[in-house]
Amino acid sequence: MYLYDELDRTLVTERVAEFRDQVARRLSGELTEEEFRPLRLMNGVYLQLHAYMLRIAIPYGTLSSAQVRMLAQVARRYDRNFGHFTTRQNIQFHWIKLEELPQAMADLASVGLHGMQTSGNCVRNITTDQWAGAAPDEIEDPRIWAEVLRQHLTMHPEFSFLPRKFKIALTAAAHDRAAVKVHDIGLRLHRNGAGETGFEVLVGGGLGRTPFIAKTIKPFLAKRDLLSYVEAILRVYNSYGRRDNIYKARIKILVHELGAEAFAKEVEAEWRQIKDGPLALDPAVVADIAARFRYPAYERLDDSPPALAAARGSDRLFAAWLANSVANHKADGYAIVTLSLKPEAGTPGDATAEQMDAIAELADRYSFGEIRVGHEQNLVLPHVAQRDLPRLWRALDANGLATPNVGLVSDIISCPGLDYCSLANTRSIPVAQEISRRFHDRDLARDLGPLHINISGCINACGHHHVGNIGILGVEKNNEEFYQITIGGRADEAAALGTLIGPAVRYADVADVVEDIVAAYLELREDSRETFLQTVDRTGIEPFRERVYATR
Amino acid sequence: MTSPLQQKLKVTGPVVVTANRLADGAVVYWRADGGWTTRLEDAAVTTAAAAARELLAAASIDQTSAVGAYVAPVKVAANGQVQPGNLREAIRSTGPTVETRMTF
Repeated sequence: MYLYDELDRTLVTERVAEFRDQVARRLSGELTEEEFRPLRLMNGVYLQLHAYMLRIAIPYGTLSSAQVRMLAQVARRYDRNFGHFTTRQNIQFHWIKLEELPQAMADLASVGLHGMQTSGNCVRNITTDQWAGAAPDEIEDPRIWAEVLRQHLTMHPEFSFLPRKFKIALTAAAHDRAAVKVHDIGLRLHRNGAGETGFEVLVGGGLGRTPFIAKTIKPFLAKRDLLSYVEAILRVYNSYGRRDNIYKARIKILVHELGAEAFAKEVEAEWRQIKDGPLALDPAVVADIAARFRYPAYERLDDSPPALAAARGSDRLFAAWLANSVANHKADGYAIVTLSLKPEAGTPGDATAEQMDAIAELADRYSFGEIRVGHEQNLVLPHVAQRDLPRLWRALDANGLATPNVGLVSDIISCPGLDYCSLANTRSIPVAQEISRRFHDRDLARDLGPLHINISGCINACGHHHVGNIGILGVEKNNEEFYQITIGGRADEAAALGTLIGPAVRYADVADVVEDIVAAYLELREDSRETFLQTVDRTGIEPFRERVYATR
Repeated sequence: MTSPLQQKLKVTGPVVVTANRLADGAVVYWRADGGWTTRLEDAAVTTAAAAARELLAAASIDQTSAVGAYVAPVKVAANGQVQPGNLREAIRSTGPTVETRMTF
């Protein structure tokens, strides 16, 4: 956990007081909607189809049990008893009343949570690996650098009115769990040939209307230069990014139109002027930030304790969950546990107040009071002693949080779609629910292996459909919902955009089409070890296209 | 942002004026006698662009009750019952098509 200081607490508390005053003035008519709208957006408050929506940032996906309890309280007191975890390490409440928002924000502020910079053309919540600090394959904890950036870019006056929103993600592991290649800036901590640790800097990734995979503009950036280099990128973007056309305003368009090489030259020129100035990172400052991250006092334990082996041998359901949802931890005798928020026919990413309370309680009992949020819309207990896994599993199962489908076909990433969102053209959630029903057979799902389905209800791509192994994009035609299907996308270190397999299909046919694609994969794969993506890579999309459209 | 009153209004069938209530975001409709209602069946319905523009202008005067007024299509059944004109308006009118009050 990171311990916020007095400055952070003051900032958040003052913002609540300011927003309370703004809401009162809006309700009294003193402020017009035109005046109020940018103020509410600066605090993560959107007006959706049926109600106001409040988006709360979860910096680098880390939550304490006290914060999760508060989220449960807000869900219960001000919303309809649930919250929705998004694809950017945020949580959204979809039924908040404007007149109650200031008090909800005050409650959230009491545990250090807020909605600042979760909307608007600013640097949004900085995201990272949900396994940070626990993953055996990371070279160091990326959250320290996310926090360095967060402090610098929070309410940064120069970057509060960028041409468009700006998203930064970091990873410090060989396997990218933070989707850094589809962010405006992606940062990959790695070691160079001399054994020094620094950042590979990628820019211009993003999804939406015009998707791009980010390009590397700096293969190795020394840590001391992180702030100055990011500042230089933002300055170049702020100067040259288009403000005349919202569809061409993201940095990905600028990088694409200038070319990555020319863009990098502009950044280098800017950077040379500032790199040795006040933004050069003082190791003492970084050490101070690092010291504010509290790590668990792990016991000295051995891997695979006898109690775990016994439970695995005696309970098939536990064994299935263990194989699916539990990963190795960097500390011996511990494990990383993913809590699926994708129960059969559920809404991807939703958690009830009761579930959040249960998760907080289990985090206190089994995970040093820590919870993580991942971009796949699942939660994580990052530090669980392996001996406790059977007890934890029973408790999770009793609360609907032990569906053993992490990374499998029914672990669907989905935006809220037209059921909530004022930007959406089509529904996403019921499509996800129907696919989840079709693949409820856990043996089949396990046999299919890793298979990520992503659904977006409009071209803005909040469901990251471009990088789904199977991507589903809703489009409206003559007042009817249609869905374009892509295959072969991925969001990890080998990030790639999926390929459209043919004409859009009707709402009622989407789940059938997914079943056809899966059936084609089962026929085409060389053996059960060949994953869906490997099969698509080997065969191309043609056999899938034939299967789907032969009878349509 | 262009005001809805300045936007070109295309009316090809029955329409109502709708918005979200300022205080809680609830979906509301403009009544023929002025004022907002949460009941679509009580909304003023017109098929004429000029009348729709007038309703929108009247609804837009009050900026402290509702937000973002616009003209939305409806269907009028043979018995006179007014229904939303498309899926988006149906979802606005009756809520999400999926379960929203979750308990576990």
